[in-house]
Amino acid sequence: MPSKPLEGAPAPVDGALPDAALATVGSRPFGVYVHVPYCAARCGYCDFNTYTPAELGAGGQGGAASFVDSIATEARLARSVLGEGELPVATVFVGGGTPTLLPASDLAKVLRILDDTFGLAGDVEVTTEANPESVDLEALEHLRASGFTRISFGMQSARPHVLAALDRQHTPGRVAEVVGWARQAGFEQLSLDLIYGAPGESEADWAASLEAVIELAPNHVSAYSLTVEEGTKLSRRVRRGELLEPDDDLLADRYLQADEAFAAAGLSNYEISNWSRDRASWCRHNLGYWRGDDWWGLGPGAHSHVGGVRWWNVRHPTEYATRVGAGRSPAAAREVLDAAAQRVERVMLGVRLVEGLEAVALCDRGRAAADELAADGLILDRQLAAGRVALTRRGRLLADTVVRALLPD
Amino acid sequence: MSEAPHEAAGVDPASIRNFCIIAHIDHGKSTLADRMLGVTGVVEARNMRAQYLDRMDIERERGITIKAQNVRLPWRADDGADYVLHLIDTPGHVDFTYEVSRSLAACEGAVLLVDAAQGIEAQTLANLYLAIENDLTIIPVLNKIDLPAAQPEKYAEEIATIIGCDPGDVLKVSGKTGQGVPELLNEIVRRIPAPSGDPTGPTRAMIFDSVYDIYRGVITYVRVVDGTLSTRDRCLMMSTGASHETLEVGVISPEPRPTGSLSAGEVGYVIPGVKDVRQARVGDTMTSARRPATEMLGGYRDPRPMVYSGLYPLDGSEYPALREALDKLQLNDAALTFEPETSAALGFGFRCGFLGLLHLEIVRERLEREFDLTLISTAPNVVYRVVMEDASEVTVTNPSDWPGGKIAEVYEPVVEAMLLLPTDFVGAVMELCQGRRGVLKGMDYISTDRVELKYTLPLGEIIFDFFDALKSRTRGYASLDYEPAGEQTSDLVKVDILLQGEAVDAFSAIVHREKAYAYGVAMTSKLRELIPRQQFEVPIQAAIGSRIIARENIRAIRKDVLAKCYGGDISRKRKLLEKQKEGKKRMKTIGRVEVPQEAFIAALSTTESPSSSGSKPAR
Repeated sequence: MPSKPLEGAPAPVDGALPDAALATVGSRPFGVYVHVPYCAARCGYCDFNTYTPAELGAGGQGGAASFVDSIATEARLARSVLGEGELPVATVFVGGGTPTLLPASDLAKVLRILDDTFGLAGDVEVTTEANPESVDLEALEHLRASGFTRISFGMQSARPHVLAALDRQHTPGRVAEVVGWARQAGFEQLSLDLIYGAPGESEADWAASLEAVIELAPNHVSAYSLTVEEGTKLSRRVRRGELLEPDDDLLADRYLQADEAFAAAGLSNYEISNWSRDRASWCRHNLGYWRGDDWWGLGPGAHSHVGGVRWWNVRHPTEYATRVGAGRSPAAAREVLDAAAQRVERVMLGVRLVEGLEAVALCDRGRAAADELAADGLILDRQLAAGRVALTRRGRLLADTVVRALLPD
Repeated sequence: MSEAPHEAAGVDPASIRNFCIIAHIDHGKSTLADRMLGVTGVVEARNMRAQYLDRMDIERERGITIKAQNVRLPWRADDGADYVLHLIDTPGHVDFTYEVSRSLAACEGAVLLVDAAQGIEAQTLANLYLAIENDLTIIPVLNKIDLPAAQPEKYAEEIATIIGCDPGDVLKVSGKTGQGVPELLNEIVRRIPAPSGDPTGPTRAMIFDSVYDIYRGVITYVRVVDGTLSTRDRCLMMSTGASHETLEVGVISPEPRPTGSLSAGEVGYVIPGVKDVRQARVGDTMTSARRPATEMLGGYRDPRPMVYSGLYPLDGSEYPALREALDKLQLNDAALTFEPETSAALGFGFRCGFLGLLHLEIVRERLEREFDLTLISTAPNVVYRVVMEDASEVTVTNPSDWPGGKIAEVYEPVVEAMLLLPTDFVGAVMELCQGRRGVLKGMDYISTDRVELKYTLPLGEIIFDFFDALKSRTRGYASLDYEPAGEQTSDLVKVDILLQGEAVDAFSAIVHREKAYAYGVAMTSKLRELIPRQQFEVPIQAAIGSRIIARENIRAIRKDVLAKCYGGDISRKRKLLEKQKEGKKRMKTIGRVEVPQEAFIAALSTTESPSSSGSKPAR
């Protein structure tokens, strides 16, 4: 089971948004996230909203067969809630789960639906996540041809015993293979995901993974420390004492090791866990999350944000399909953020980016704290002098401490 | 219809017997008192409840008596005559020795009650000596003779040795079954002298307890020595010279019953129409304002705190509530003193003075229980007298009062301690006392297998965990009593604990120079465990003045960041942040170091004494 649901206020049955939220729609880039809640098997560390075929039972509502229909219905609901004004989709991100468990034709159909309901911007960025074992050359060519511009492979590690510890299904060699196919299919925007701190992963193992990534020369990399999430198999094993929780000091070492290796290979950090070849390789969709842009999340458990209102859909695919099928909003609950909460989010998300946060967003005490943090070497002096709060390398590892200090009340 | 003699005022002194029961906790005093109430018929069986005379919840739960009680019992003795017996139930703890002495002074005799399975304990022995000093007639009694483990012959022998009587004179009762209780009452009539006061002289009554009642104001329990106390006359407190209206005078049998007057030899209660027990203090002499006595009864003493501790509300907003609660408790507790105090670490609180550790614990427990407060108390501190080189003097009840200039001499309070223990443990207990800077004053065998040790000990050394250490070293078989015995000069120093170079007032302690290092090491290593890592390295140091004697480091935290923060993580992350900010509000900031309240509680609530910290394994 995925982790505990969030608490929020009830969401209206028709999905309607307050006028204040709608008033600014269109003034910021608009993105669409599509959540594909299926996985062939569940990985021990994963707390995402995803279901294996065994968990969903054979066929029926909520299954992959009717998934695209439900997405289409919710997309039409989104259109009616947001109004008929010009709202081209700037970015699309298909995540999961394992989106590539769906046939490429289904993913292509999803993109067509979005084009039909909203229209896609001329320079639209369309990303899908993919597991190395779930795609082949044909599928990749199909995706590229139907408008996908970016692909993100869940590589995680180059060492077999680490992949096994993470319950990943693919072999290390498979990654090089699918990267080659993706290039052959015409994907220029290519990202690889890594996880460090898995049980049994040594410094040498991590170095090998970093080396393998650099060897594959993607223009984008994400690297995440293994986080023990409540409700996962991993957390149960930690609780039972079968596995040691990754040590924070060790994770800090791994992070620095990665940052140095990436920098040497020409990949620079632009968000705490993301590196890219150049600015053009930044994931624009994800930037929308950190910059407070608007996006609509389609699919079970997907989160949305429009003009200071956040909501999230019911998580179970069957319940999602039922709601959408009955013409109701699939939103489970929502939060209408007041000015204070919006400011907290702006600080919390803004500092994650290399461009940092405008210092004017801080209160007086927050500003004073910024000076102290600069003296402590957690934020950049030079940037602060220019009116921005941007993290140093050490500060990136202590971003939560920094955020708490910047928000003293 | 004439009233029963025990309910009427003006009883002939010749038929009065005033007595108390001296016993150790658990030796069955309350059960015996309950049985006496039953045998004399003042409480019918169906109204009986256990520990009838212990009225506070804390007293019942802890099995101790904090406030004295008294009850009037009618008794037709085996000589056929009717008598009035007054049982005065005394407090039973070392902190309340003065209160005990006043209760004893209200009696002519004492029942020495000893558990037939355990023998006499130090506290009992101390109170027995106090009773003998007061010229009380002692009636030795072994209780719990119904127990299979009872050894009445052995302990009768022991008692006989101590008080110098024949083992055959020791009565044997069972409070539980009632066996021997009527015989005991007859013995009380036969052996304890009738009161000998001047029934016609100016009134003099000794207050042996004083309690506050929300409906009636202060109720005093008195023993009339001379003359008569009556509602017709205003009463006058001789220590203050203040007079008050005498609202009500009566006896307790076992519920209060107004009689209008009490005459020489009688024990009962007076309601003097005052709102605060400090206006009617234990030990004071009450006389009549119309015809006042000229001389007080002997033995009055102002209550003097022996132990000080800072009490702070965990939640700073409860400070006014704490003040109000202390005000209310003080109405009923003349020995409790308090004044506002500010700690850089703990905020606003009160420096409170107590008679001893138990008194401290009881006050704290009552504040938390009856007033719903959550408190942090700082390490208890005795009263030091510091003489400076310029001959000026500083009284230190708080480490933060420790003077900074050149100190010539420091005086600390000492006590005469009496320890009773099985001979097997003599070595262990001597080692303990020596470790606490004790000086052996004497050693007596009270029987073939039990020893009485007399030590002079610094009070500061026994107010931490001495009882616990004694118990664990003697498997609970030793008992302790002590009384103040002046002061001595000592090589005492103040040890400060510094976080990032800044002293934390709440952790400072005054200790003997030889133990400063052990205290410093124990405290710094404990704090290293309790204080979470910060974004910078935090040195924790122990220092005497500017000299560092121990040091620990809390390494800087290196990673505190959520790796993934995408669309679905934002709300959760914001909520977590808001929760952390709430948690931060409960942190105290020392310099730049954030210290959770829990760390203060854990560091301060230790039973570990500064002086013993080196000798016990760290937890």
